[in-house]
Amino acid sequence: MPVNLMQLAKEFDKKDPGITQGHRLCPGCGAPIIAKFVLMVAKHLGYEPVVGLATGCLEVSTTIYPYTAWSIPYIHNAFENVAATISGVETAYKALKKRGRIPDKKYAFIAFAGDGGTYDIGIQSLSGAIERGHKFVYVLYDNEGYMNTGNQRSGSTPPGAYTTTAPVGKLLPGKAQLKKNIVEIVAGHENVYAATLSLSEPMDFFNKVEKALKFDGPAFLAVLSPCVRFWRISDDKAVEISKLAVETKYWPLYEYERGVYRVTRKPRSFKPIEEFLKAQGRFRALLARPDAKDIVDELQKYVDARWERLLVLEEATKDKPIR
Amino acid sequence: MALKGWKDIPIGGVIDEPGKAREYKTGTWRVLRPVLHEDKCIHCMFCWLYCPDLAIVQEQGKMKGFDFDYCKGCGLCANVCPAKAIEMKPETEFLK
Amino acid sequence: MEKVYEKKALTGAEAVAYAMKQINPDVVAAYPITPQTPIVEYFAKFVADGEVDTEMIPVESEHSAMSAVVGAAAAGARAMTATSANGLALMHEIVYIAASTRLPIVMPVVNRALSAPINIHCDHSDAMAERDSGWIQFYVENNQEAYDLTILAVKLAEHEDVRLPVMVNLDGFIISHGVEPVELYPDDLVKGFVGEPKPLYPLLDTEHPVTYGPLDLYDYYFEHKRQQIEAMDNVKKIFPKVAEEFERTFGKKYDFVEQYKLDDADYVMVALGSTNSTIKYVVDWLREEGFKVGLLKVWMFRPFPKEQIQSILVGRKGVIVLDRSASFGAEPPLYEAIKSALYEAAVRPALGSYIYGLGGRDIKAEEIRKAFEDAINGNLIVDEQRFLGLRE
Repeated sequence: MPVNLMQLAKEFDKKDPGITQGHRLCPGCGAPIIAKFVLMVAKHLGYEPVVGLATGCLEVSTTIYPYTAWSIPYIHNAFENVAATISGVETAYKALKKRGRIPDKKYAFIAFAGDGGTYDIGIQSLSGAIERGHKFVYVLYDNEGYMNTGNQRSGSTPPGAYTTTAPVGKLLPGKAQLKKNIVEIVAGHENVYAATLSLSEPMDFFNKVEKALKFDGPAFLAVLSPCVRFWRISDDKAVEISKLAVETKYWPLYEYERGVYRVTRKPRSFKPIEEFLKAQGRFRALLARPDAKDIVDELQKYVDARWERLLVLEEATKDKPIR
Repeated sequence: MALKGWKDIPIGGVIDEPGKAREYKTGTWRVLRPVLHEDKCIHCMFCWLYCPDLAIVQEQGKMKGFDFDYCKGCGLCANVCPAKAIEMKPETEFLK
Repeated sequence: MEKVYEKKALTGAEAVAYAMKQINPDVVAAYPITPQTPIVEYFAKFVADGEVDTEMIPVESEHSAMSAVVGAAAAGARAMTATSANGLALMHEIVYIAASTRLPIVMPVVNRALSAPINIHCDHSDAMAERDSGWIQFYVENNQEAYDLTILAVKLAEHEDVRLPVMVNLDGFIISHGVEPVELYPDDLVKGFVGEPKPLYPLLDTEHPVTYGPLDLYDYYFEHKRQQIEAMDNVKKIFPKVAEEFERTFGKKYDFVEQYKLDDADYVMVALGSTNSTIKYVVDWLREEGFKVGLLKVWMFRPFPKEQIQSILVGRKGVIVLDRSASFGAEPPLYEAIKSALYEAAVRPALGSYIYGLGGRDIKAEEIRKAFEDAINGNLIVDEQRFLGLRE
């Protein structure tokens, strides 16, 4: 039975989801909302979450010694190795359970990481953990840059976005490279569940978290996590921008499950990508350039083609899992 | 909170007090404060769902108000409310 | 009567793998690198044959090996890994984290030279680069010691007043691939000695949730490091107790250092690792000719047993220190430590530093003899860096 909002509200009116008040993330940040959603669904389904977290906004702002905003077991190791660390925790559970040294509990091993610790420095560790088939859920909160250290470009930064290490200047138009398609990279490991999620579609979000937790292998959830500081939006816009991302095909909502693609939200009409760009200050310098129209047109063609490709993949892989 | 010496803290950098962050009242950050118009509220629970700081107080699905110890005044609750039942007002209006 | 158990001819790698088999850790995460690879291969075979029920993680790099082992140990498991040279260098970041997080991980390190140029043979540059990491470090002379100290390390690491990871260093190829007779203890004796791990703050205990790896600002980092310093000091008190229990159980005596023919030695050589076997041979050779020479073999390099070394070396006529690694721009590590330990000696011996054996360069008995002769002939110059076996 799918998780529903009222059920969650009634269960968690006094109950602690696992992340607490008192954390020091920016007002309006997407990351703690994402963590809250994932942990609520996990606890609602009877899991005891054990969290691993890569260095980044969520990690640093929730665990400034001696405070911790985590009321569940939590480990931060380093920047690039949350998947390897969680592999170790998950394997320890298997070993200790087998040897009868711990009571058997319904654990959920959940690794959280930003795009920094996932697309770039963390990609090896992520790939290794997926290939080995550990049973864990990897939640990527994608704010499209190394935001904790002040907005440096990452492999996830979209072209034209302003970052301090790929600024829009007189000569260069910001980041020239496209954003890596991390879900496709993960899907390339084949024996995996991978999906994109958006804060603006909570039911879709909860369903995918449930699928990920119940999947008998590694699961990867990529959630767009608007950054109020460096996307230059006002504090209250995280959900609105997430919605715009879905409506402009910037962040299509789909899932990949062992070879089968499913597009889970098909808006009847789409908005032009320009609306997504105009809504955020990080694209202002780009849009002020004389060649802005060409750049936006190219980006529109890109998101259109990518959307078409997803529909084709959905058709081609329908009911044809590879395992 | 007084700083502790090296003999009085757990080894390994471990924090053994879960949720200790609750001692840190982020409500002091606020420059805007949410105000609830109860007559408009439909108890949809969206504000509770989206609050990044778990600062919406509800009981069994009934919206009660805000936890001003932690509310940072981001305004997400007002933004997502389908009934426009939450209004953000300057915090200065509430200073005594 | 001293009990002697059955001996088998084993390579050092197989002996270490056998120790790991008897320890039967909960989790092993390892990545192969020459010359450590046979350890992983033997252990993987034990797992595949069901001779251990360890969960083995075939990680995709050494950095992930140490990361996974940190995760497993934090979760409450007894976790081990092994590596060499650039593998150890790759996991360097996490090596520090393992010690700072006070996780009792045991890691045999098969010493091999660090690149560049790439060299797969023995020297101590890899482990020396980790000497500040907060790990306890042993250096073994032969296959028996590699086997023994891997077992002893588990007990030491997990001691409640220690809780520090331990590196057991064994010379690449010389020990790891050389065959020697090794006395193997019965399984139940090893199992009884290492006992059951008693983890502190296990992550899997959801009744007592803990946060590992917080952000320390400038108000707490110093205090956390002071705790590590205290733990290292505790090792000096705890290790003799563990060594004593090891002797009672297995009949082998270990200490911070081994003293070979030192009672009346005027000239003492100090070294780490397998070269000590050759030095013992040279000591015997020179003694036959009437020279009063001896060997101070250092077993425990971290924490550095300053007090023991001071009491042994004070009053000697000459001390010759052999280093199998360089510290570019300064004196080599063992020499620096020995010299500094002798700072306040009422009668300071003449000191000489010799770098040898880098990149697996063989060290011959004649070369060691020459170093002793330098001391005997009053030809040691404390600030002169000398080399054994280098082509000029």
